[in-house]
Amino acid sequence: MIKLFSLKQQKKDGETAPKTGNQKKPSAAQLRITKDINELNLPKTCNTEFPDPDDLLTFKLIICPDEGFYRGGRFSFSFKVGPNYPHEPPKVKCETPVYHPNIDLEGNVCLNILREDWKPVLTINSIVYGLQYLFLEPNPEDPLNKEAAEVLQNNRRLFEQNVQKAMRGGYVGSVYFERCLK
Amino acid sequence: MDKMGSGEGPDNLQYRWCHLRKVLERTGPFCHPDFEPSPDNLNFLMESCKLLVIGAGGLGCELMKDLALMGFKDIHVIDMDTIELSNLNRQFLFRRRDIGQSKAEVAAKFISTRIPGCHVTPHFSKIQDFDETFYRSFHIVISGLDSIVARRWINGMLISLLSYKDGVLDQSSLIPLIDGGTEGFKGNARVILPGITACIECTLDLFPPQVTYPLCTIANTPRLPEHCIEYVKVIQWSKENPWDVPIDGDDPQHINWIYEKAMERAVQFGIQGITYRLVQGVVKNIIPAVASTNAVVAAACATEVFKLATSCCVPLDNYMVFNDVDGIYTYTYQAERKEDCLACSQVPTTVDIPGPEAKLEDLITVLCESPKFLMKSPGLTATIDGKNRTLYMPTVASIEEKTRVNLKKSLNELGLEDGSQLMVADSTSPNTLIIILKFASPPDFEME
Ligand SMILES: [Zn+2]
Repeated sequence: MIKLFSLKQQKKDGETAPKTGNQKKPSAAQLRITKDINELNLPKTCNTEFPDPDDLLTFKLIICPDEGFYRGGRFSFSFKVGPNYPHEPPKVKCETPVYHPNIDLEGNVCLNILREDWKPVLTINSIVYGLQYLFLEPNPEDPLNKEAAEVLQNNRRLFEQNVQKAMRGGYVGSVYFERCLK
Repeated sequence: MDKMGSGEGPDNLQYRWCHLRKVLERTGPFCHPDFEPSPDNLNFLMESCKLLVIGAGGLGCELMKDLALMGFKDIHVIDMDTIELSNLNRQFLFRRRDIGQSKAEVAAKFISTRIPGCHVTPHFSKIQDFDETFYRSFHIVISGLDSIVARRWINGMLISLLSYKDGVLDQSSLIPLIDGGTEGFKGNARVILPGITACIECTLDLFPPQVTYPLCTIANTPRLPEHCIEYVKVIQWSKENPWDVPIDGDDPQHINWIYEKAMERAVQFGIQGITYRLVQGVVKNIIPAVASTNAVVAAACATEVFKLATSCCVPLDNYMVFNDVDGIYTYTYQAERKEDCLACSQVPTTVDIPGPEAKLEDLITVLCESPKFLMKSPGLTATIDGKNRTLYMPTVASIEEKTRVNLKKSLNELGLEDGSQLMVADSTSPNTLIIILKFASPPDFEME
């Protein structure tokens, strides 16, 4: 064990301390997000957009599924990474109106790792894969859009037609969807 | 304004410190091996040792009282909060007439007045408002915080004060952090020697994650009153946005709105148990505070401060958990340092660069070719004039495009100088590295 104050008779004024310059030190969140972003390994259906390259905490993810119900669509998600990252997950919202059992019309996304199952070892990449999976395998068991979930469960043909209708731009029931085909 | 212990009054009475003298002026079987009994120990504690207490809430009040009664005379306290009625049951330095005033200021005045000789300096501000020079002036920092963000910040700050000579830690740059935390009937006290023992970031997994419920449960199958409140908080607020602002947990109007909407939803699903207090608790993430837990944890922390300041005894190694839910339980263990800790494993590495006229691409070449680094495709960021800047990031197309122009710019043009720090992320390392630019000495200074 070290003995901390062997020089303890002296008062601390700060001027005896080594000069390291008064630079703002990067926060742990900043260090971690820099790593996450630099190591992004996106599937070919995904792309990121950084409106301000100096701000790695705010960006968009664009997913263009090439198979499944949502093939041919283009869906944009906003990511906001807070100062408590990676202790807390980033806030993710879907900005494209989509007919999907796990995404509601306000853009809230039901993906376990975005909330209750988030762990600091997960990365931005894990979320990208999770979101991509939602388009390949929409899950009617955990619905956020209950109507869409019921249709998917009872009539896959109708669900497929509704998804197509929504992506082309039009009404599904009483809800209007903007066109989001590529 | 303040009356100082100027050598008169009870301080001079022999008996006030006689118990401390017994501990500090004699040796004993439990003493630290390096302990030298001497009147100097008490003298240092009272006359030189400068402490910083972060947080003047439940733990902070206890800490300040304990430390002041132990003989520490130079205590600073930071807190950005003001006193609320609900604090008064346990934050005993405050009275009803103090409601609305700064916790730090009222607490400082109370201790300075009540305990002869002790002077507490208040700072009614955020910890982030102070820089290195401020934090470097303390011998020991003690935190009694309820926020993980603030803990991580002070942890990062104390680690950034460490200086290394040839990769070896200079122990005189080390400022210990004694961290106390409580949640209801549970608490912990820990001793962090930055750069030596496990830091806050090393043990981030130990902090309980915020209670969250699956979104789909909240949206479709609520069973608990909390589900209804979360629904209003997460979904309904942004949809209806009654005041066009984010939720402010301290605004009674906001809490009332959430309360009413949550009630409607609870009725709809036949759920009982929504109360105004519960709404407040869920929205603000309040965990009920227990005065006795605070007292025990603060006492454990203060004892560690005493041990470190006097070297009279081996300090806690390094994490004590306390639980008085059912009887009393304590357990101490050695939390382990994480080898790849984002905060404390960071020993900045210097990179030799010819001078300020070198281009960013030259620096990248050095990082890729120097045997010290051998990186593959490093991404570089820096803090320049207080702002985060992305200098170059090859792996993300939209960033690469916008930062490509920087490659041909000189370090000087980019605002980088001798001693500047850069963050470098690369697939060859599990963490972002911090590098320090070292320019070769200009020819003028080479002849001595
Ligand atoms: Zn650490």
